[in-house]
Amino acid sequence: MRDFYGVTLSNAMMLGTAGYPSPAVMEAAFRGSGAAVATVSLRREAGEGQGFWSIIRSLGVRILPNTAGCHSAHEAVTTARMARDLFETNWIKLEVIGHADTLQPDPFGLLQAAETLAADGFEVFPYTTEDQVLAQRLIEAGCRVLMPWGAPIGSGMGLMNRQGLRMLRAASPDVPMVIDAGLGLPSHAADAMEMGFDAVLLNSAVSQAGDPAAMARAFALAVQAGELARDADPMGVRDMAVPSTPLLGKAWL
Amino acid sequence: MTDVTIIGAGVAGLFAAHELLRRGVHPRILDRNGPPGPHGCSWWAGGMLAPWCEGVTAEPVVARLGAGAASAWAEITPVTHNGTLVVALDRDRAELSRFARRATGHQSCDTAEAEPDLPRRQGLIFPDEAHLDPRRALADLQAKLAAQGVQIETAAATPEDVPGTVIDARGLAAGLPGLRGVRGEMVVLHAPDIRLSRPVRLLHPRHPIYLVPRRDGLFMLGATQLESASRAPVSARSALELLSAAYALDPRFAEASVFELGADLRPAFADNVPRVIVQGRVLQLNGLFRHGYLMAPALARQAGDYLLSGTKGELVHEG
Repeated sequence: MRDFYGVTLSNAMMLGTAGYPSPAVMEAAFRGSGAAVATVSLRREAGEGQGFWSIIRSLGVRILPNTAGCHSAHEAVTTARMARDLFETNWIKLEVIGHADTLQPDPFGLLQAAETLAADGFEVFPYTTEDQVLAQRLIEAGCRVLMPWGAPIGSGMGLMNRQGLRMLRAASPDVPMVIDAGLGLPSHAADAMEMGFDAVLLNSAVSQAGDPAAMARAFALAVQAGELARDADPMGVRDMAVPSTPLLGKAWL
Repeated sequence: MTDVTIIGAGVAGLFAAHELLRRGVHPRILDRNGPPGPHGCSWWAGGMLAPWCEGVTAEPVVARLGAGAASAWAEITPVTHNGTLVVALDRDRAELSRFARRATGHQSCDTAEAEPDLPRRQGLIFPDEAHLDPRRALADLQAKLAAQGVQIETAAATPEDVPGTVIDARGLAAGLPGLRGVRGEMVVLHAPDIRLSRPVRLLHPRHPIYLVPRRDGLFMLGATQLESASRAPVSARSALELLSAAYALDPRFAEASVFELGADLRPAFADNVPRVIVQGRVLQLNGLFRHGYLMAPALARQAGDYLLSGTKGELVHEG
């Protein structure tokens, strides 16, 4: 699927730009992984990080600004408008944080901000949970992409509620979905792709690794592996052994 | 070669002057703001000479060349050779083992032995690291230059204005391509009841901080690192985060007086490694990032080597 508001991405990996040892290391992570989208946080660096912005622009990938760190719909909407002016894109990854410790989304603020932004012409990528009711409401509000979490931001725990994510995927098979937040290992990303998600978004898993460029490459391979596996239609799970070698051909000794 | 002019009297320019004098070259120093002060980012530094801790995230060349900084500074200003203590809060103990795995030059320690004043925790000690007081170091460096007849002249200049060989050490004002400002915010606390004998770094997944003890019960608490070129005063959020982390390290910091709040920009290239860029008769010394005191000696040495013997060190870029 991999069609996000009419844009087909060359690669199912999105990569954040925060927390790298240096912009040069960040650039190496992008080059090594071929990530197609760079997310950029705006809130604390409002408009004055020109040197850093020009490095991000020079990556030559599509930019997805986010509203990281916003704790209210109003704050998120203001940040989104600032991002649109700065990066000349209607894409916005909408984060409205509801809890300072878990950084889990505030579903009410998220929906409110999504309605406002969609009405204002934004193409909203809402950072949400696996909650199906909320997902439905976000779609009704005009979101054509969803970004359910794997686990709390920066926790590296992987897909915490696999059953819930499966149900979400199955409930809206036509809505592109990106697993955002909580992935720590390439196997988590492969898992998400095998489950039928359309892309993954990472930041800390790469930027906090001892060798971010190598880890970015490992994630890229895992994303590709998961996608190939999904498209190859995996075998079913059985509760008994099935020999792969036919007993018939076995020599009678 | 006696005709060398240094523009910029921050740590890079002053150390370059010191290095040239050692080699018998008597430079002029120009700075649009005169002697070092709050107008320059060297003023706001922590003064940690911590190549092994920095090596966890910095490029290997920083740790390698920074290892000589403490002895180079000791010829100029008091340097405390007492190591660095790295600690984590109990719930972040995994951060400590990760840091240990990625760093060299440390041993594990009991903080109650290293710093009896702090709440007891598991920690790491980097015995070969050191620290200095940056403002004192700048003053001592300036005095040492003055004793050899080199005064800082208050004059705005660009390399084009000056004949002969020029060392341009103006930091961000040099406006070099690829050079960006990385915002840092710091707090000076007065807490005469707390005694620390070395810099303490608190590893924290959200708000890592360090505290560097200074004279007279003062502590430098730093520092944020934001990809922003804003020179606005310290934000409430940053102050809250820095102070909360200090409070988590030792609750007695809640009673400290906030002596000073400072914010400035660190000049940095994309790899956060400083450079000597050779442009004809002009040498650009820039991009010291958060390693001004750690890297100024090596950067000055490589500039001196290039000027006087044509030796091209690994920080030197011809172009």
